[in-house]
Amino acid sequence: MPYVSNEDAKVDEQTAPGRLTKILDSDMFHSFLRSKVTVVAACGTLFLFLLALLAPWVAPHNPFDLASISIMDARVPPVWMEYSDPRFLLGTDDQGRDLLSGIFYGMRISLIVGFCSVAAAAVLGITLGLVAGYMGGRVDAVIMRIADVQLTFPAILIALLIDGIAAGVFGSIDREIFAFYILIVSLSLSFWVQYARTVRGSTMVEKNKEYVQAARVIGIPSAIIMARHILPNVMGPVMVIATINLALAIVTEATLSFLGVGMPPTQPSLGTLIAIGNDFLYSGEWWIAIFPGLALALLVLNVNLLGDWLRDALNPKLR
Amino acid sequence: MIGFATRRLLQAMIVMLVVALLAFTMFRFVGDPVNQMVGIETSIEEREALRERLGLNDPIPVQFFRFVTQAAQFNFGTSYQFRQPVSDLFAKRIPATLELSFTSALFALVVGIPMGIYAGLNRESAVSKLFLSVSLIGISLPTFFIGILLIFLFSVTLQWLPSFGRGEVVPVGSWWTTGFLTVSGLKALILPSITLGLYQMTLIMRLIRAEMLEVIRTDYIKFARARGLPDRLVNFRHALKNTLVPVITITGLQLGAIIAFATITETVFQWPGMGLMFLQAVQNVDIPIMSAYLLLTAFLFVAINFIVDILYFFIDPRLRVGRP
Amino acid sequence: MNVLDIKNLTVEFPGRKSVFVAVDDVDMSVEAGKILGVVGESGAGKSTVGNAVIGLLQEPGHIAGGEIFLHGKRIDQLPYKDKRLLRGRKIGMIFQDPLTSLDPLQTVESQLVETIRTHMPFSGNEARKRAVELIDAVGIPDPEERIKQYPHQFSGGMRQRVVIALALCAEPELVIADEPTTALDVSIQAQILELMKKLCEERNVAMLVITHDMGVIADITDHVAVMYHGELVEYGETTQVLGAPKHPYTQSLISAVPRPDIRVERFPVVNYIEKAGTPQKQIDISTHWLGKSRDYEKVEGPLVQIRGLDMRFETRGSIFPSRRKYFQAVKKVSFDIQEGETFGLVGESGSGKSTIARLVTGLYQPSGGSILFGKTELTSLKNRKDVLAMRRQMQMIFQDPYSSLNARMRVRDIIAEPIKFHKLASGNSEVRQIVDDLLDHVGLGVAAGQKFPHEFSGGQRQRISIARALATRPRFLICDEPTSALDVSIQAQILNLLKDLQEELGLTMLFISHDLAVIRQMCNRIGVMRHGELCEVSGCDQLFEAPQHAYTRELLELMPSMELLSRANLESA
Repeated sequence: MPYVSNEDAKVDEQTAPGRLTKILDSDMFHSFLRSKVTVVAACGTLFLFLLALLAPWVAPHNPFDLASISIMDARVPPVWMEYSDPRFLLGTDDQGRDLLSGIFYGMRISLIVGFCSVAAAAVLGITLGLVAGYMGGRVDAVIMRIADVQLTFPAILIALLIDGIAAGVFGSIDREIFAFYILIVSLSLSFWVQYARTVRGSTMVEKNKEYVQAARVIGIPSAIIMARHILPNVMGPVMVIATINLALAIVTEATLSFLGVGMPPTQPSLGTLIAIGNDFLYSGEWWIAIFPGLALALLVLNVNLLGDWLRDALNPKLR
Repeated sequence: MIGFATRRLLQAMIVMLVVALLAFTMFRFVGDPVNQMVGIETSIEEREALRERLGLNDPIPVQFFRFVTQAAQFNFGTSYQFRQPVSDLFAKRIPATLELSFTSALFALVVGIPMGIYAGLNRESAVSKLFLSVSLIGISLPTFFIGILLIFLFSVTLQWLPSFGRGEVVPVGSWWTTGFLTVSGLKALILPSITLGLYQMTLIMRLIRAEMLEVIRTDYIKFARARGLPDRLVNFRHALKNTLVPVITITGLQLGAIIAFATITETVFQWPGMGLMFLQAVQNVDIPIMSAYLLLTAFLFVAINFIVDILYFFIDPRLRVGRP
Repeated sequence: MNVLDIKNLTVEFPGRKSVFVAVDDVDMSVEAGKILGVVGESGAGKSTVGNAVIGLLQEPGHIAGGEIFLHGKRIDQLPYKDKRLLRGRKIGMIFQDPLTSLDPLQTVESQLVETIRTHMPFSGNEARKRAVELIDAVGIPDPEERIKQYPHQFSGGMRQRVVIALALCAEPELVIADEPTTALDVSIQAQILELMKKLCEERNVAMLVITHDMGVIADITDHVAVMYHGELVEYGETTQVLGAPKHPYTQSLISAVPRPDIRVERFPVVNYIEKAGTPQKQIDISTHWLGKSRDYEKVEGPLVQIRGLDMRFETRGSIFPSRRKYFQAVKKVSFDIQEGETFGLVGESGSGKSTIARLVTGLYQPSGGSILFGKTELTSLKNRKDVLAMRRQMQMIFQDPYSSLNARMRVRDIIAEPIKFHKLASGNSEVRQIVDDLLDHVGLGVAAGQKFPHEFSGGQRQRISIARALATRPRFLICDEPTSALDVSIQAQILNLLKDLQEELGLTMLFISHDLAVIRQMCNRIGVMRHGELCEVSGCDQLFEAPQHAYTRELLELMPSMELLSRANLESA
């Protein structure tokens, strides 16, 4: 006599809960709420992004408006120090530009460069990683050897080399005009390897899973299998890398600008501002370098905190 | 063992050849080498004669072959800026960079490894969490900004340590100079090596912690506990040894990266090393120095990787002894 | 006196939303020299009992109630350090997977010696001597030599012997074995079980064997505890419980176990855990879309003819052809499959049976030989259109229900994909109707379509896999170990479903399994494989009653005997 229980292979007819309820109820969202540091970091990141995005509206001055800048206001210290000027909360730089506004605008440029290069690196790296992992054999060997050679040079070195080459090709006057694009090319060329290696690794795991074999048995062509089946399943680690990479891209851009091969002083990013301020460090005008530096550190720290949490939350082994 | 080493050596040579091809392409095709070497008033005939003498009219493969043979003998041509052989320029600056890199690497390993092991074994302890937070700040602060902060604090405000240069150096042997033997040399080394090593230290610490956490979850660690082995044996003989394989890879890569990151630190501290020279070369489009630097860093990297592979061989018996 | 006494044990895992009770008020005990089996399906809490006894519960699990006694001394409340001293010294543990249980970087000797010296006041030399004796006792030849080797130099079965030696290092009074033979082949399983039984009697050790396999229980245990959802449903002498089960769960569980000695037409429906899905809506196969698969042109002779099939994989690549090394996975295999029959392939791991499935479906290109499907030679198909036409006619059901469905796609899209890809329906509304009918037909119901795979159990996922395979209206279905990842009760349902579908749709099947008992239930003719070669092809009954090849006889002898098991509810075919 078979024993009958209430459980049923047939799926309940009840309506599936809405997407938002599902997200709010997910383990991931709860792990997010449980980590107070992460919540603070998320709010901080959002706040800084908004400041950068809305810089033209929230900044007290426009540092690019030559008419409003006066060299008379140069090197004014922050408001809590002697000889300060209440118009300039954090003081001014060597040309009399308001430092706080400069930081907002600089953050905007840093973030644009960061996002663009992360996007370009991700597209390049994911494509190559998918192809290498799925095809295997010679294609894989070639792509991975290139990646190996690339890994021989740290990002900063590649970016410096590309910049040097660009200067050789364009001449140094055009370099200023193309600085933005050169930066993005050099940053994305130095970061794609990480995506490619990670995606290749996960692709090699995924392609041996039976759902991919099932798709092949159905007869679906490789390109569609890669795009529709494998890609969505390898995106988890990519998100983690992209977040951490955004932080790294911002830092690298700042470093290049600091070294004088990134954004020019006419379009200053945070790194350019620090480079300008560095010259005045010894003469006691520390704020010109330190405040943009702190802003940079704060931005990167917040993004890194988010990336760190995302990595732990997406790692099933650490649950 | 010999077969294994030969295979790795072969791979390393292929990588070096590809890098040499890149360096050659840069050397040969970015800008015209002749234009860089002569003045504006030089006639076309004279330029052509120079081209012929330099072999720039030979077939490209021949030129590449000559480039590689010369590079193998440390002949990288003449610097456009300084009008001196590149190899002489490098020889003067290599000791500064290597001493700085060595000190920072030592600092990164000696501090980073114990911190990583501790944080991996005591995941929930307050000290581990402190380590993690500090390390996160460490990787979030750009290297050059750490340098600036250190200078501002210890040189400008407290005036304890010098903010630039190598201090007093003593010659050792025919061309090496060292700062290790003088007080001012050692003092000058402190700030730059902390600046350069801090980032690598945090990376190594985080890596070891992550690997430890991963290994501790494996079946053989559970089985070692189920056999009643004391924690000391489980943690150090079994867990730590198994984390070494991935840790050594990344650590090798990071140590190689130190040489390249030295560029930044050398700029901040006006340290008279290869990196500073490379940066000036980039700004002045001094291609021979750039391509030589490219080859040199690649060589150091490949050499480190080769050593790492050989180390694997001794750690992992699966590479050493085949299946029956 | 009992070595181990468990009284009212309750283990809880606090979760975010609720507390999960993994073990609920369980009592059991083991005497010295006796073996207690704990049996149950996944989620029964049987492994948790073992972990609770040895004090290695995974965080945040903890003992919420009850007592555990070892030789009358309470051990569940001991401080961490004292518990550690019990492990290895008084209680030995054997894990499921011998491939991952040993530290890959240490020799077998150093792992044995460190364990011996941790628990016994031995010098290095004495410990080494004892290690060699232990390795000898667990039946590893050349102990002096082998002990110096690393784990990767041992085969799976040998590694499990090393694990047993490690568990016995300090003469423990109790050994807990958690699925000790699940990762091993039948022939190795028989040896390991025999060794465990022998050691248990010789050394007067009490043993707790945790398993899902009724065969293991029947083979070696003296007593058995049947668990279901954390509760102990039946407990007693093995012969008693298996021969005349009292609890309805035990009854249905036992009736779902496939027997090698009797062929049943359908498995009795086990409804205790998950109700066997029945079609919600009857569809008329003669007029329905799905029934059109019967319209394929009839072929003369066998549907599939495999001749001299060869497959070798490169195990070491080299630019010099003479230095390359190969593994010959399939060697000169030839057999036919008649239209409408189920052909079984049986063999141990590495015998090449799954490789054949992948060769036939075109996932691998064979190194030699021919595969004739109807009149078409599959190995020489070049034209993409012809390839697709063939792909449509044959589909495959895979082993692992957890990896055979794309986790990021809704079930409806998973099933619709082949229909849309092969343009088997006109318009989205027809596709949708077909998908709904298929879901109904495999017993899941229409509502399943809008969910994602992770919302289903293993058995339900396997039904989704089947629906997807049917969605191209194939005439030839390859089942590669379709039930080996499932619990027995679910296995019975899936096997029933496959039988029904075959009958309705007139499918031809290639059924691959390592489990002779399952093969017997499903197949008309059977091929036995070993080391890439086909040893024997016989009719089903003939193979079991009068095996021709020595290897087949060996396999049949090594199978755990199911004679103890009750035969209530079984109808012979």
